[in-house]
Amino acid sequence: MKTFAKRCITAVALATLMVGTANAHRAWFVPSSTVVSGDNAWVTIDGAVSNNLFFPDHRPMQIAQISVTAPDGKPIQIANATVGQYRTTFDIKLEQKGTYRIAQANTGLNASYKEGAETKRWRGTMAEYVAQGIDKKPGVELTATSRRVETFVTNGAPSEIKSTAKGLELVAGPTHPNDLYSGEEATFKMLDNGKPAANVEVTLIQGGDRYRAQAGEVKLKTGADGTLKLKLENAGMYWLEAESKGKTTLEGKTLNSQSTYVAVLEVLPG
Amino acid sequence: MRKALTFVVPVVMAGSAHAGGLELTVEIPKLSVSEYHRPYVAIWIEDKDKKIAANLSVWYAVHLKDDEGEKWLKDIRQWWRRTGRGLDMPLDGVSSPTKPPGANKVEFKSDSGPLAKLAPGDYTLIVEASREVGGKEMVEIPFTWAPGAEAVASAKGKEELGAVTLKLVK
Repeated sequence: MKTFAKRCITAVALATLMVGTANAHRAWFVPSSTVVSGDNAWVTIDGAVSNNLFFPDHRPMQIAQISVTAPDGKPIQIANATVGQYRTTFDIKLEQKGTYRIAQANTGLNASYKEGAETKRWRGTMAEYVAQGIDKKPGVELTATSRRVETFVTNGAPSEIKSTAKGLELVAGPTHPNDLYSGEEATFKMLDNGKPAANVEVTLIQGGDRYRAQAGEVKLKTGADGTLKLKLENAGMYWLEAESKGKTTLEGKTLNSQSTYVAVLEVLPG
Repeated sequence: MRKALTFVVPVVMAGSAHAGGLELTVEIPKLSVSEYHRPYVAIWIEDKDKKIAANLSVWYAVHLKDDEGEKWLKDIRQWWRRTGRGLDMPLDGVSSPTKPPGANKVEFKSDSGPLAKLAPGDYTLIVEASREVGGKEMVEIPFTWAPGAEAVASAKGKEELGAVTLKLVK
């Protein structure tokens, strides 16, 4: 029985590795408002990793990696942060006019190699990769990963979303992510390391899937120039996920690259 | 609005060529609800490309301290999207207190204020209402703006707005 259970766990673990970051748990930030007006504008934001959108039912978002970028491109402090059992909550004051970016972003290096019949996983820096002799392991595959989970809030008129030039991200193209209305076509641009992200698969799910038998996922693909077109008939909060895989070079080495991106977008009644 | 009207009077008396303008009646329905707040209302003119041609009025809680009333301006959603979000409120002659239920009359002179710069052509007058803990509604009236022309047009809302009448006067 024990060995059977163990085998099951190994099988699950392998399956998880194979699908990479595309697991059932969905990370998100949901702001109390995506569009605000007035001179004393605040929004409160929930961050969580959950199964249902957007109900916190699994893990809170780790607070250390959260960054908020003001319209002027500078980071601002979050206020009243609390990490709960299922969700993280914090407030931001929007003192500038324009678009704020609330994100959790990280990059890393992963490697897999063979040790006999077993596949080993490794995580670290490029220096460690060489120092620990991982680069000499049999069947070694090195992957640079990038992950970004974010949402946008605009005080007054939307302002430009400047590319971070790191991993996958969505920018205006020309539709701004805080300027979405039901029944209207929106055109965004997806970038990967600052360059147009061609043929990237994008998944879109409307919040409230708890109340639907089927989540109603919409699968989209970016064009050759990174253009992403979508038209949503229903107003509401949407969860957008994109993933890209390719090759990159780092410190003179060619390696695999894997980038995931999540944005929560609000579509207002048109 | 009171300020704008007192300003307009001497101009009219000076004998401008086209002292006429646009008279609007906007009916705010009397609602029987447990929590009633007067709606925020925006009135503007759009051209055929849905571009803003004139911002006529925004009725909102202008009297609150620290401009607290501006917090809800974004809920006049279409107005906010098309013009409000790019404006520095309050706007002189446009910002005005909320109005009570009933027929509210407002006038705009063709030779001053927002209409002075309106070129002859086809436009749409839009009245949008948004009520706290209530609904939202937009009423549109297409019209042709030509100096000296007279016309009457009206449309009716269902929930948050009653009859809206636009009168072009010489």
